[in-house]
Amino acid sequence: MTKALTVENVSKLYRIGSADDLVSSNDNVILRTLKRPWANFRKYRSLYRFTPDELEGTSVSQDLFWALRDVSFSVDAGEVIGLVGVNGAGKSTLLKIVSRITPPTRGRCVLRGRVSCLLEVGTGFHPELSGRENVYMNSTILGMRKREVDAKFDEIVEFAGIGKFIDTPIKRYSSGMSVRLAFAVMAHLDPELLVVDEVLAVGDAEFQRKCLNTMSNVGKQGKTVLFVSHNMAAVTRLCTRGLLLHEGRIVMDATAAEVVHQHLTTGGNDIASRDWPDMSAAPGDDSVRLRAIRVVSTVGTPAGTIRVGDRIGLQITFDVLEPGHVLSPYFTVVSESGLDLFSTADSDKSVDEHTREPGRYICTAWIPADLLAEGNHFVRVVMRSMKKKYRPFIERDVIAFHVVDSVGRIGDSWWEGRPSGVIRPILKWSTEYVPSDMVIEG
Amino acid sequence: MVNRQERALREIIIEPVAQWGFIDLRELYDYRDLVFFMIWRSIKVAYAQSIGGIAWAIIQPAVQILVFSLVFGSLLGVQAEGIPYPLITTVAVIVWSYMSSSLSSASGSLVTNAGMLAKIYFPRIIFLVTPAVGGLLGFAISMGLMITVLVYYQVTLTLQILYLPGLLLLMFIAPLGFSLWLASLAIRFRDVRIVMTYFMRLLIYAVPVMYPSSYISDEIRPFYIINPFVGIIEGFQSCILGLPMMWDSLLVSIVVSTILLLTGAVYFRRMERVIVDVI
Repeated sequence: MTKALTVENVSKLYRIGSADDLVSSNDNVILRTLKRPWANFRKYRSLYRFTPDELEGTSVSQDLFWALRDVSFSVDAGEVIGLVGVNGAGKSTLLKIVSRITPPTRGRCVLRGRVSCLLEVGTGFHPELSGRENVYMNSTILGMRKREVDAKFDEIVEFAGIGKFIDTPIKRYSSGMSVRLAFAVMAHLDPELLVVDEVLAVGDAEFQRKCLNTMSNVGKQGKTVLFVSHNMAAVTRLCTRGLLLHEGRIVMDATAAEVVHQHLTTGGNDIASRDWPDMSAAPGDDSVRLRAIRVVSTVGTPAGTIRVGDRIGLQITFDVLEPGHVLSPYFTVVSESGLDLFSTADSDKSVDEHTREPGRYICTAWIPADLLAEGNHFVRVVMRSMKKKYRPFIERDVIAFHVVDSVGRIGDSWWEGRPSGVIRPILKWSTEYVPSDMVIEG
Repeated sequence: MVNRQERALREIIIEPVAQWGFIDLRELYDYRDLVFFMIWRSIKVAYAQSIGGIAWAIIQPAVQILVFSLVFGSLLGVQAEGIPYPLITTVAVIVWSYMSSSLSSASGSLVTNAGMLAKIYFPRIIFLVTPAVGGLLGFAISMGLMITVLVYYQVTLTLQILYLPGLLLLMFIAPLGFSLWLASLAIRFRDVRIVMTYFMRLLIYAVPVMYPSSYISDEIRPFYIINPFVGIIEGFQSCILGLPMMWDSLLVSIVVSTILLLTGAVYFRRMERVIVDVI
């Protein structure tokens, strides 16, 4: 069987900008100023040129960075591959090489058929153009021919639910409408290889669900999908195979669930906490902003891996910016397979009645020990505004934690492996014994 | 659907930066629909929410011709070998408007579209071809203005009008040849962009737009005509107004433009794959 994609020993070397030398008082400033343009020229020229020494790695230079090193793998048609790794592991670089945006420094890739790459939803969308024009624009950018778009146009419009607005300039669309339109285009592409980077990060819940469904359909049609996401739940649900990248190398090639597990356990705190240091980029609106969300252990430190026998803290930090809002956050814990296990909000009724003063609030909800079974768990966090009946933010699968079965508890005596089920409470059993001669038949 | 099948089977090999090669014209042809929509987009966007709309394509050169005719023709009394000054300048302004706008927008097109470059692959030359081809629409519209002026001055065309197709081709490739070089240089060295903005304003003095080229002395002329735009403008003036053809400047222009286009295509081909890394 021919491979849909073969990646052979691909490496990518970048020259990261080295800091300009500081001017010391001993230097001849005038001479330096005169030399500066020449130095700049060499610097900008060298951005993509490397000496043989640098390529062989014999010259250790501070400003070189191997984004990928000797990455090899091959993909059969119909596989849905999830690329997993911490930031800077090389996932996006790999996608950019496969989608021909940047060339590899060494090695090569061979792929068959048409590649559609979605590193961004709605590339080429222009606010002044109508929905119709943008559909054509975006589709042809993604490699479709005009007559293919003609044939699918009505389907695309219907899928997007744009209806009569199709001839309105998209600058007058709501942001949801333009995202839906862009996604509809993507859903009706017919590529042999679909490359997707973090598109799930935008859009509402329904959009994300549609996105996932479409991608899994693409896989079922025998097309190949290469998918990068920090959404581990999505990777687990969607991908048939996972590749774990670390510092530019593939460190694991296994099923998606195994790779996600490995990533979450070695990735450590990275996935168990998220902060929004920039207020304007933080989820929320003018009344309240989400600033941090983390999983904490019994002692209050962030923890990505927690033993079955320990309690688990879900901690939210949010800033209230306007007085007069009755705000109540809640968490939903979601299993690896996407099942909502439970939701929890502050059971103190006064929270739902009193407005919150502006300031920072840190709330922690404690999940009791011996409740969740071993595995990856994802957390959804929702902020409700009780008086106005709306949700300032909903963050899905925003953090994750991994529950492990510790030695000497139930796991040990379970001869058939892991006990099945999404929860694993320790229950009090009582046993009555009746000797056989005392059993009264009838 | 046959074409679709062929394309599905086509194997794409991605390798480190290619050795010297020529622009992949077959690939460009595959993306011809995109070229069409890119041009459509640029025209639509350029005149979006403007009252005048496409009429600006006529108003701009018309005002320029009027100002030049007043200042140089009437006030300064620039002589053009018995030909009314407005005629000389009308032809020159319209041809120069196309070439200068093609040159400035095509050479800056990669920087302008840097965001798109980093997000999606399609043949990069489309960015350059779009303003070069799209500008032809404005040129065609302003030809109406030129015809009006010609009719007003009762110009009779000569057989030299047969040179027009060749001149149009030259008018298309000369700025494109420059842009192929400048676009990939501009994205690496932003100096190019800075220089281009005022260089374009100065360049109008180096071409016979405000003055007829007969004002250039014979000693200077050999240097003057190295600029390929000179030969093209002189060519249009001779061809349309029936003046004697200036073969020296035209030949230089053909040679320089062709060399620029061919070397530019090779250079651009080499640079187009690495530019993403140097944005």
